[in-house]
Amino acid sequence: MTTPLAEVASSPSTLRAFLHGLPGVDRVGADARAAMLGTRSIKTTAKKQAIDMAIGMVDLTTLEGADTPGKVRAMCAKAVRPDPTDSSVPPVAAVCVYPDLVATAVEALAGSGVKVASVATSFPSGRSSLEVKVADTSLAVAAGAAEIDMVIDRGAFLAGDYLKVYEEIVATKEACGDSHLKVILETGELATYDNVRRASWLAMIAGADFIKTSTGKVSPAATLPVTLVMLEAVRDFLAATGRKVGVKPAGGIRTTKDAIKYLVLVNETAGPDWLHADWFRLGASSLLNDLLMQRQKMATGRYAGPDYFTLD
Amino acid sequence: MSERTERLSVRKTYKLFIGGAFPRSESGRSYVVTSSKGDFLANAARASRKDARDAVGAARKAFPGWSGATAYNRGQILYRIAEMLEGRRAQFVAEITAMGGVGAKQAGEMVDASVDRLVWYAGWSDKIGAVLGSSNPVAGPYFNLSSPEPTGVVAVVAPQEGPLLGLVSVIAPVIVTGNTCVVIASERAPLPAITLAEVLATSDLPGGVVNILTGSAAEIAPWLAGHMDVNGIDLTGADPELAVTCEELAAENLKRVLRPPVDRVNWLADPGIERMTAFLETKTVWHPIGI
Repeated sequence: MTTPLAEVASSPSTLRAFLHGLPGVDRVGADARAAMLGTRSIKTTAKKQAIDMAIGMVDLTTLEGADTPGKVRAMCAKAVRPDPTDSSVPPVAAVCVYPDLVATAVEALAGSGVKVASVATSFPSGRSSLEVKVADTSLAVAAGAAEIDMVIDRGAFLAGDYLKVYEEIVATKEACGDSHLKVILETGELATYDNVRRASWLAMIAGADFIKTSTGKVSPAATLPVTLVMLEAVRDFLAATGRKVGVKPAGGIRTTKDAIKYLVLVNETAGPDWLHADWFRLGASSLLNDLLMQRQKMATGRYAGPDYFTLD
Repeated sequence: MSERTERLSVRKTYKLFIGGAFPRSESGRSYVVTSSKGDFLANAARASRKDARDAVGAARKAFPGWSGATAYNRGQILYRIAEMLEGRRAQFVAEITAMGGVGAKQAGEMVDASVDRLVWYAGWSDKIGAVLGSSNPVAGPYFNLSSPEPTGVVAVVAPQEGPLLGLVSVIAPVIVTGNTCVVIASERAPLPAITLAEVLATSDLPGGVVNILTGSAAEIAPWLAGHMDVNGIDLTGADPELAVTCEELAAENLKRVLRPPVDRVNWLADPGIERMTAFLETKTVWHPIGI
């Protein structure tokens, strides 16, 4: 790196030169490494710990057109006390809703310690003007969202207009004020791991507190290798700048087995420092019930059934 | 001149039948199936609790589609199973006779009876509602109608004896009414069950409606009996001790339990409708008159 990080965004050409100067990702190697780490066997007490850790990292999410204040309140109740029959289950990290429902969630979660996250910037496509995106963010922040999940403009990114993406993130970060900013890269639309690495660095340089894989609206959503590339990016970014950034895979993580694979990946890539809800989150909705079912199976010795847990 | 050599026989290793596919046991285990004379017949998979868990998942997934299918359609598919089973008559006869106890003629009768049994249950699909449903007189201006509904996912411990006819006689009544099932085949004589799985896989039966596990009932059945997502259990093939254990475990989520028969069952006899009614719920709806 010849240009200091603070200056790489001073012009389109320096930014481009920096991002394209990042080492390429060995696709086969990344896939193989993620697959290999996915075979780690986590059992009994370690599994119990992993399940509780994963529950505490969940961003319980509902991002449907049909969301109602009632549904959000029900989800918030679940976030605070995931299993009403078992008070030893920890609360989840946050709930994630659309901006117009932030106020409802904030009210329902007051005093619980569970944070409220909101998607913003014309989620999920990100196709709008900067003014609208900033207004969208301000709306969510004003309503009390502690975390903002913004989407990057993939169209601009793929067209090579990195500075536009950079400036949007900077502007959104500014609109966030004290709220944490998670930047959704939508890796399913970025086509290559090289692009994932570039987008990760771009987001981190622009001030992201978290980088997040996906909106959950595009397939493929979060995958292990993509998360591996992003975890490497945050590790390298910490080494280069001293600033620590979190990672959030989201979408398509449905089973306890999947969640534990991600925890192994975090531990082996970024390190145990990231194994905390401040630095690693799992964006999911149906995952929580599977975690609870596995937890109950371990406690009672019998396989649990979905009829005994709340619907999301 | 080349020497005449005896052809090497293919030593088969069979797999499980879960969700319409034929996976190996998650545990990687298998066991040797021998004939009554002790000769090697094949290797069968020895299913583990995790295979049972996967099978329950497959059965649960298949339940909405199968229970939502029209009775007419379910009957057609059962009839189709009978047709496909008929086409494998010779293979079934060979497998039954290899297990000993019966000659080829008797085994042939067993297979024929199995085909007839399937056809008989196929016919029940659109009639059971008429027999068990009712319109109930009530003291008010309402219609009150009751109709039988499938229970859900049913675990079946298949009889250890009567490898084909017994098996067909426990599976057909469970699925014809719209339930899906996880079957633990006879441990000593699993080959007809495995061949039946091949029949089912080619009979338009949606994947997951019938899942067949081979292995030890004593090992797997308690896991199914305790499983909170299983709604009923048929203990026909369980020995008395296992049956008691399973019934106790089944109490946790109030599974419907069909106890093992007290006397030795004559599978050739008229089965009656008890095996169907054991896994049916009665749904009653009130309907105002005049709207």
